[in-house]
Amino acid sequence: MAEPHRTQTAGGQRLGRVLIYALLAVFALYYLMPLFVMLTTSLKTLDDIRAGNLLSLPKEITFGAWAKAWGTACTGVECDGLKGNFKNSVSFVLPAVLISTLIGAFNGYVLTQWRFRGSDLLFTLLLIGCFIPFQVVLLPMAQTLGYMGIANSVVGLIFVHVVYGLAFTTLFFRNFYITVPAELTKAARIDGAGFFTIFWRIILPLSPPIIVVCVIWQFTQIWNDFLFGVVFSSGQRQPITVALNNLVNTSTGVKEYNVDMAAAIIAALPTLFVYIVAGKYFLRGLTAGAVKG
Amino acid sequence: MGALSIRNVIKRFGSVEVLKGINIDVDDGEFLILVGPSGCGKSTLLNMIAGLDTISSGEIAIGGRLVNDLSPKDRDIAMVFQSYALYPNMSVRDNISFGLKIRKVPKDKQDEIVRRVAKTLQMEPLLSRMPSQLSGGQRQRVAMGRALARDPALFLFDEPLSNLDAKLRVEMRTEIKLLHERMKTTIVYVTHDQIEAMTLGDRIAVMKDGVVRQLAHPQEVYDNPADLFVAGFIGSPSMNFIRCPVTEESGRAGVLLEGGGQKFSFHAPDSTQNALKQWIGKEVIMGIRPEQITDRSPWSGDNPHVLSRSAKIEVVQPTGPDTLVLIHLNGTPVNCRVHPEAGPQPGKQMSLMFDLSKLVFFDPQSERRIS
Repeated sequence: MAEPHRTQTAGGQRLGRVLIYALLAVFALYYLMPLFVMLTTSLKTLDDIRAGNLLSLPKEITFGAWAKAWGTACTGVECDGLKGNFKNSVSFVLPAVLISTLIGAFNGYVLTQWRFRGSDLLFTLLLIGCFIPFQVVLLPMAQTLGYMGIANSVVGLIFVHVVYGLAFTTLFFRNFYITVPAELTKAARIDGAGFFTIFWRIILPLSPPIIVVCVIWQFTQIWNDFLFGVVFSSGQRQPITVALNNLVNTSTGVKEYNVDMAAAIIAALPTLFVYIVAGKYFLRGLTAGAVKG
Repeated sequence: MGALSIRNVIKRFGSVEVLKGINIDVDDGEFLILVGPSGCGKSTLLNMIAGLDTISSGEIAIGGRLVNDLSPKDRDIAMVFQSYALYPNMSVRDNISFGLKIRKVPKDKQDEIVRRVAKTLQMEPLLSRMPSQLSGGQRQRVAMGRALARDPALFLFDEPLSNLDAKLRVEMRTEIKLLHERMKTTIVYVTHDQIEAMTLGDRIAVMKDGVVRQLAHPQEVYDNPADLFVAGFIGSPSMNFIRCPVTEESGRAGVLLEGGGQKFSFHAPDSTQNALKQWIGKEVIMGIRPEQITDRSPWSGDNPHVLSRSAKIEVVQPTGPDTLVLIHLNGTPVNCRVHPEAGPQPGKQMSLMFDLSKLVFFDPQSERRIS
């Protein structure tokens, strides 16, 4: 009696599998479609774009649009392409990511391993920082930057992103370190290690999974940020997201879709790169706290 | 000069007193056990000795030096934790030498110490392994190695065996005892396991609710418990407590018992006669250990302290070396420890020998010992 029943279930399961995979394939295609359109359009000539439709493959592949987007496209008055802004973005994104990650790790360490009266309250307050919309802090931040004398500078932009990112990085590290047994810190204290020695020699070496999560999150956030970039920087110092916007909006008669697409892909490449390189660590890190090692 | 001296130590968390004036002196080379149920304050006390927790009032001195305001690293102590607390990113060798490195011990001296410790604990082949590659027992050994490497004045153990399985626990227990006998170090050892307490300690401090109820040699704690709690906590299966009225019979105080339809009296041992006479006509709690009720007298010939009575067996629980038999006295279930060869059967009557020489009595109100 059990035999036919089991076969039936297996058949039902296989059908379910097929349906699931078909559905997933449809979704994957749906999500990949814009990338496909962007990539093919960026490789077409303008004539090709006008002649064919959105989904058609390029008749001949040309990298002219890429070269123009990188080197000579106009973003407003200047016509130097995105290369300067790309460097701008790199120059403030890397320090901002590293500093906010380090401070987050340090905060998490203090909030879990060196609890003090009110440390939980402090953490709760920090968490609220995650829910404050960008727009709310624009004016006070502009004033603060002015007082500090770092308005309209790379340092200012780094400062803004570090402050805004702290809530998230602290959250990540605190929730990771809460799984580190307190006895580890106690043992190190009895061994004679001080506050910073324990952080550098014991706690930080345990942290690569969560560091990866934090770096990916912060890199994506800061690289893709538009609002802070457009408000707190100008002209030559603007990040790539702002320049991309200007490039697309600057028209000299003809709308060069291929250049726009190439520029958009250039602006997105670093985050894509980070995801591809560190993506598997990302998932591992996110679930690290859930499973005891 | 004592290795450790704890004077009037009090610990408060807010308005709650978790330690209510602890006084303990530990001699050089002594193995002291702090034992008690969870929440009795024993781990808090250990953390305060280690300097990981602050002292609300009172004094702690290690090796004659007041350490109240010293940080853990300056107290000349080493500690072994329940979760082992090995540094996961370091090899066994680095785990053992971490404390030496921090204290800037020269490299060749470090190597020598690591070698010596590894030899003592027979873990030379493990030195280059990572903690994640070790079994529970091996991790425990590394944690002890880390403590030994520092050669401190005082070793602190915080329930070091409670994460091990039963078999390994017994092995490691023996190993710790051997180690102590060989090295003659002063040890303060926290456990909630009364068997560990009995087997390891030179002296046991039985704690409850932030108070040391009794501080004495293990056998003394076992034979002469200070109160009802200590009597019930130490020993497994625990001491039987039977409420019974005190009577006088030909000038001697005794207690009245009733079991299986017959009434009989137990006369109290000489040492408790005077005290118990104050209680004639009133009820006390009598304590008798399971091994004091058995199927045949442990002594040959007549013994005035051994009384034979018959009782109805309710439950039989063989444990191998002996069999636990449950009877009822004064309506209270009473465990007796008989030889398996006696072949006790549930529901049957059995003749049991009561050894009255070690009877203890407690005040039902204060639960203090009557003696």
